[in-house]
Amino acid sequence: MFQTSIELLKFHWMAYTIYALLIISVIAWFGYNLGRKEKARSWVRIPFYGYIAFLVAGGVGHHIFTYNAIPWVAEDIMRHDIKADREYDISIERHKWKLPEEQMVANMGEKVRFNVRSRDLTYGFGLFRKDGTMVMQMQVVPKHDNDILWTFHECGTFDLTSTEYAGPRQYEKHTGEDLMLVKDALVVHCNDKFASK
Amino acid sequence: MQTVEKKPFFDQLMNGTNFDADSLSALQKVTLRAVVMSFIFFGLVALEGMIMRMVQTGPANPLPEMFSHPDHYFSIMTVHPIVGIFGSTYQLVFAAFMFLVPYLTKKPLYSVKLANFVWLCITIGTALAWIAGFIWQYAPLYTLYWPLPADTEQFSIVGGFVFVVGVALIMVGTLGFIYNIYATIFARVGVHKNKTTKELLISGFGIDGLMNLIHKLTGKPPYSKEPALSLPVVAIFRGTVDTFLDAIVILGAGILVLVYLIADAGGLSWDVHAVDSLLYKNYFWWGLDLVADGLVLIYVAGSWYLLATIITGQKLFMENVARAALLLELFVSWMVWSHHLLADQPQPEMMKLVSGEMVTAFELLTQGLALFITLVTLWKARPLKMTPELAYLLGGLVGFGLAVPAGIIQADMGLNRVLHNTQWISFAHFHIALIVGLYMTLYSALYVLWPLVTNNTKLFSKKLTWAHFWLYLIGGVGMGAFAGMAGLDGMLRRHLYVDGEFGGLMILAAIFGSMVLIAWFLFLYNIVMSVGLKGLIGIFKPANNDIASYGIEEEPEPAPAAVKA
Repeated sequence: MFQTSIELLKFHWMAYTIYALLIISVIAWFGYNLGRKEKARSWVRIPFYGYIAFLVAGGVGHHIFTYNAIPWVAEDIMRHDIKADREYDISIERHKWKLPEEQMVANMGEKVRFNVRSRDLTYGFGLFRKDGTMVMQMQVVPKHDNDILWTFHECGTFDLTSTEYAGPRQYEKHTGEDLMLVKDALVVHCNDKFASK
Repeated sequence: MQTVEKKPFFDQLMNGTNFDADSLSALQKVTLRAVVMSFIFFGLVALEGMIMRMVQTGPANPLPEMFSHPDHYFSIMTVHPIVGIFGSTYQLVFAAFMFLVPYLTKKPLYSVKLANFVWLCITIGTALAWIAGFIWQYAPLYTLYWPLPADTEQFSIVGGFVFVVGVALIMVGTLGFIYNIYATIFARVGVHKNKTTKELLISGFGIDGLMNLIHKLTGKPPYSKEPALSLPVVAIFRGTVDTFLDAIVILGAGILVLVYLIADAGGLSWDVHAVDSLLYKNYFWWGLDLVADGLVLIYVAGSWYLLATIITGQKLFMENVARAALLLELFVSWMVWSHHLLADQPQPEMMKLVSGEMVTAFELLTQGLALFITLVTLWKARPLKMTPELAYLLGGLVGFGLAVPAGIIQADMGLNRVLHNTQWISFAHFHIALIVGLYMTLYSALYVLWPLVTNNTKLFSKKLTWAHFWLYLIGGVGMGAFAGMAGLDGMLRRHLYVDGEFGGLMILAAIFGSMVLIAWFLFLYNIVMSVGLKGLIGIFKPANNDIASYGIEEEPEPAPAAVKA
């Protein structure tokens, strides 16, 4: 259903905003009617067991929906059995990335595996679009293997930065500039075959 | 809620309405002392929050440049949750419960001295942690990711030492609170004179509620017609179990950090990687999560039940289900921590699936049940007058109605990939949960308890109370909404943006955030004008009477001579 994280985030924005307005309205309606002497007419009558069933369905159904609608969930769980089209080994130490190439490259539709290793602190590995929205990210726990397999369903040039706090040295002392920000760290070339999908 | 004829400003400021600090019992005084400290810390945390919001609006913000320096900014971010969660929330909750347990059980508090020790410990501990940030700019943030807290290349050893001692003091105070609560609940006096420890334990864990449900389903007579403990006391008991575990974990983590800092100060260079970072994260988050998913949800559910019954004067709807739900929450709250580690790839997938996703989803059920039971209890008592305490209770329900699903959404492997560590989780989830959900519930409790704790002191202004309510509600929800939206646009939490990258949404978040701060000023003004500055000082003077209960005092044992007679 969703191809890229931006599609998912837009859907999520819409769905949660509708939910938020709904729950605020319900409590407001409820509060208004609490003070009224005449019997309130509700649009729906929710029986207790129906409500419980709704909560269970909401909790479980949410995960079932995302598992089937978001492509990277199953891929993430099964990632060790999936062969990547490209693989990049990256390391971090003292707030500095050590990238395998000045600019990593991939083609749209390819599966790329990023193996990231920290030699000191906990960091985050996050790729961002030029408008600041997040493509994906993972935590980087020191002295452990941190790998993420990602199929790029979008093309473009992406920036990299740490998405986890690892102390103030990530930033320039006076200007506050993010020193771990690597602009244009990855280029994903467009591929008409996948774009048409 | 009564209002009062206005006096000249200075007279009102000094003397308040009809508050008489000398008439307060030892229990009332210790409760009010903690409440006062809690709201002072609330003001501090609101100011800190506004400073951070304004820094994020970009270079046009009117703050001095130093606030945008990483050392300064992250030291504020480090102490912000310490002051907010421990200095303010813990104090307020502990104060309310140290008053409520004697009030609800009609028994005296086990020790007023210990209660005084608790608020002093938490106040001094919070102040020390804050000073560590302010003077030494110790800034590992509350996450304490190993080995960041012991990273002496980035942080001064003295700062770390003062910070950890401060947090340790808070935890020692917390353990004192727990001891006081349990010693009060298990004291065999008054209504519990003839109860056994087993009966009190069964009731405390909500087992009697579950047994009653099973008996009802199997057609047997009720397991317990009169539970040993009232439902709010069960919630306090249950939540305190999580508070205990949480205090032990945080204290343990603090000692570990302290060992490394002291070793470093002594010239020893111990390898911080001797402690496995992932194992440490699991241990730390298991404990820290008990604050959020155990303590807050259970205490809040118990508070809703109490407030709904006091406001309506009626029995709680489906009380046995509520008791059994508190038992269920016991298992849920201990097993959900892995949702904090969904973005950690070395974390076993099974742990993510079971603990992080599936068990966490159960919180929708437990909190949804508490919301439903509270709403039905209110509904059955219609028509009700819309008093501030009722309005605040509804505000609290809105807060959790928004924040719990926001958290469940994040606790999903698909969405976590793009929401983890963003402002979505900071604002749409836990700021809304704390500012709107928890605090509005606590304000409701405060207005319900106000006449009891202050001996019917009249509030200075009802209009100010309502102004506080609307500003606080709209400000809290608005700030959470706009900052949460910035998270969906990719804005990270625990990250410094100095160029106004998300400026538009941050300006909106700052505008709504300032409403929360103004609301706090109005609340403070209303309270100070009610109790007066003299009364405020009087709260901290020794009490004239040592009464440690609000209700029936412990029956004195008959004197031997009287027995003979």
